[in-house]
Amino acid sequence: MNPGSPPKKNNWSWRSQAFRGVVYQIVAIAAITGVVWFLAHNTLVNMRIRGIQSGFDFLAQSAGFDIGESLYPFDSDESYWRAFLIGITNTLRVAVIGIILATILGTLLGVGRFSRNALVRGLCLSYVELFRNIPVLLQLLLWYVVLTEVLPVSSEAWQLGHFFLSKGGLNYPIPVWATGQLWAAFGIAGSFVLIWLYRRWARLQFEATGQPRSGFWLPLLILVACSLLGWALGGAPTELNYPVRGEFSIEDGGALTPEFLAVLLGLTLYTASFIAEVVRGGIASVARGQGEAASALGLNRNQEMRLVMLPQALRVIIPPLTNQYLNLTKNSSLAVAIGYPDVVSIANTALNQTGRAVECISIVMLVYLITSLGTSLLMNWYNSRAAIKER
Amino acid sequence: MHTSTTFQPIAPRPAPVNTEGPAAWIKSNLLADWKTTLSTLIVGGILLWYVPQILSWALFKAHWAADFNLCKIEGAGACWGVVTEKYRAIIFGRYPFDEQWRPLVATVLLTGLLVASCMRVFWRAWLPILWLVVLALFFVLMYGNVAGLSQVDTDRWGGLPLTILLASLSLVASFPIALLVALGRRSNLPAIKTFCTIYVELIRGVPLISVLFMASFMFPLFMPQGVQIDVLLRVLVGITLFAAAYSAEVIRGGLQAVPKGQVEAAATLGLSYWQTQRKIVLPQALAMVVPGIMNNFISTFKDTSLVAIVSLYELMGAMKMAVNSDADWRPYIMEGYFFIALIYFVFCFAMSRYSHWVEKQVNKSKLR
Repeated sequence: MNPGSPPKKNNWSWRSQAFRGVVYQIVAIAAITGVVWFLAHNTLVNMRIRGIQSGFDFLAQSAGFDIGESLYPFDSDESYWRAFLIGITNTLRVAVIGIILATILGTLLGVGRFSRNALVRGLCLSYVELFRNIPVLLQLLLWYVVLTEVLPVSSEAWQLGHFFLSKGGLNYPIPVWATGQLWAAFGIAGSFVLIWLYRRWARLQFEATGQPRSGFWLPLLILVACSLLGWALGGAPTELNYPVRGEFSIEDGGALTPEFLAVLLGLTLYTASFIAEVVRGGIASVARGQGEAASALGLNRNQEMRLVMLPQALRVIIPPLTNQYLNLTKNSSLAVAIGYPDVVSIANTALNQTGRAVECISIVMLVYLITSLGTSLLMNWYNSRAAIKER
Repeated sequence: MHTSTTFQPIAPRPAPVNTEGPAAWIKSNLLADWKTTLSTLIVGGILLWYVPQILSWALFKAHWAADFNLCKIEGAGACWGVVTEKYRAIIFGRYPFDEQWRPLVATVLLTGLLVASCMRVFWRAWLPILWLVVLALFFVLMYGNVAGLSQVDTDRWGGLPLTILLASLSLVASFPIALLVALGRRSNLPAIKTFCTIYVELIRGVPLISVLFMASFMFPLFMPQGVQIDVLLRVLVGITLFAAAYSAEVIRGGLQAVPKGQVEAAATLGLSYWQTQRKIVLPQALAMVVPGIMNNFISTFKDTSLVAIVSLYELMGAMKMAVNSDADWRPYIMEGYFFIALIYFVFCFAMSRYSHWVEKQVNKSKLR
C-alpha cells in the first residue's frame, strides 16, 4: 500500500484544531464583553433614573460618623478616606494578632494529636471537631454575648493584678512612653544584626569542624541582653500606666473593647482548629522511616524534630496554612455583625450614608484582594525556599 | 580430645507483657512514663473540675419548661425553656404558623435526597432528574399557590429549610459552573484560561460577605429597567458563584492528578477533546474529588449563616429574631445560640464523617 503524503490541512477549516480554538476564544471574549457591557449599561441607566451619583469624590467629604475604636484618633469631621483607612488598620490589627495566636494554638493542638497521652489526644480531637463544625459567625456572636452579658459590669470587674475584665472589655497596664523604650527598640534591632552575624559564623564553624553551636538559646540571650542594655542606656524607665476603677468605667491604662475581643477570640479559636488539622496532616505525611533513620544516625529527639521531621513536614504544611491565614483575614469581615469597625463595617456605614454601593463594595473587594494576593506572594516566596531542591 | 556437653537449663523466658485489654491500654496510654502520668494528672484534674460544672449547668440545674420565671431563681442553670418556647420560630422562621408542616415535609424530602445522594446505590443516571423533581417539589410546597396551598412569599421563608435550601441548591447549581471553569483553567486556549483564572482568583480573594453585599445592593442596579429579582434568588446567585470558584479549584486538583498518559492514550485512540474529558479524564478525576466537594459543601452549609447579615432569616437569623423580639426571653439568647450550634454541629459533623469515609473508600484501591 502506498502511504502517500498526508492530506494537506486547510488552516481555515473547521477540522483544524487551531482554527476551532481561535473561534472558541473569539466567541468567549464576545460573550463576556457582551455580558459586562449589558450589566454596565443597565447600571448606568439605573443610576441616572434613580438619581444616584457615582464616582469616588465622596471620599474627600466629611464622614460625619464616629468610630468606636481606632489606632489613632478619628473625628467625625474627618473625611471618608480617613475612615476607610481606620477600617483597614482595624481589619489588619485583628487579622495579624489572630494569625499569630491561631498559629500557636493550632500548632499545639496539632502536635497534641500525636501525644502518647490518650487524654491529651482526645482533648485535642474533641476541640478540633467541636470548633470547626460550628459556623464562625455563630461563634463570634456567641463570644460577643458572653463578653457583654455574662461578664460583670465595669464597677464589679474581675481583677487579676492590674488586669480588669468586664463588660467594658479588657483593661491592662501599658508602659508610659519614654526614651528608654526607644533605646530598647534600638537594642532589639541591633540584636537582630548580631544574631545574623552569629548564625553565619556558627554555620561556617559547623561546616569547617562539624561542631554544632547553640541555635536558639544564645541568640535569645543576645536578644534579651541587647534590649535590656538599650533600656538601661535610655534611663531604665519603669513607669506603667495602670488602669484604675473609676466611677462608671475602668479608666486609664490600655483597653481592648469587647467587640475586638469577640472577633479575635472567635477567629482564633475557629482557625486554630483548621490549623491543627493542617499541622497534623503535615507531620503524618513524613514517612516513619525518616524519624527512625534520624535516631539510627544518633540524633536526639530535639535534633530529629528540628533537622529531619520539621523541614519535611513544613513543605506539606505551608500551602494549606497560607489558605487558613487568608481565610482568617477574609473571615474578619464578619466583624460587621457585632459592630467592630473593620473595613466592611465602615464601608457599610458609608454605603448607607452616601448610597454609593458600587464604589464602597469595590473598595472592600480591592482591600481584600490586595491583602490576599500580597499574602499569597509572600507565602509562595517562602514556599519556594522551603520546597524540595530537585536536580 | 573429647568434650562432653552437659545439659544446662536456660532461665525460663518471662511471660509476655499483656498488651491487650483495658489495663494494658491504660498503662501504655495514660501512665507510660512520668511525663505521661503527670500530664494525665493535670489534664484529668482540669477535666474533673470543669466537666461536672458544665454538666450541672447544662443538664442537672437547667430548666426545660417554657417559663422564664424559673430561670430567674438564683443558682439556676441553663434556661432551655427558650428553646421549648420558641423552637418552631427558630426552626421555621417567620413562615405562617399553621402552614409549617409544608417546610417540614419539604426539608425532610430534601435532606432525604441529600442522604440518598451520599449512597453508592443511588449513583445512577436518574439521580440528577430526581434532584430536579425534588427541588421543584420543594419550591411548590414552600411557595404554594397551587393545589389549594396558600401562597407564602419568599421573604417569609426562614430557619432550617432556608439553610438547607441555600446550601444544597448552591452546591447543585455551582457544580456545572465549577466543572467548566476547572476545565477552562487547564485549557490550552489563552483567552479562556485567563478568564477562568481571573474569575477563580477574584472570587477566592474576597470574603463571602462582600459578594453578598454585592448581591443585595448591586444586583438590582445590574438588571434592566423594570426587572425585579427576588432577594432570595440574588443571594442564591451570589453564593453559587462563590461556591463555584472553590469547587473549581478542587476539581482542578482532581484533573491534575489524572496521569498524563491517560490523555495521550485517548488522543492515540483518536478521541476528541470532549470525548477524552467525558470518557477518560472526568470519571477518574471526579471520583477523586468527592471528599473535597463534600468539604466545600460543609463550608457552604456553615457560610449560609452569613445571609442573616443581608436580612434573610435562615437558622441563625431566625433564632436571633425569635428571641430578640421577646423581652422576657431576650436574656437567655445564649441558650438559643447553643441550640442552633448543636444543630449545625450535628449536620456538619455527620457530613465530615461521611467525607472521611469516602476518602478511605477512594484510597482503598491505592492501598493494595
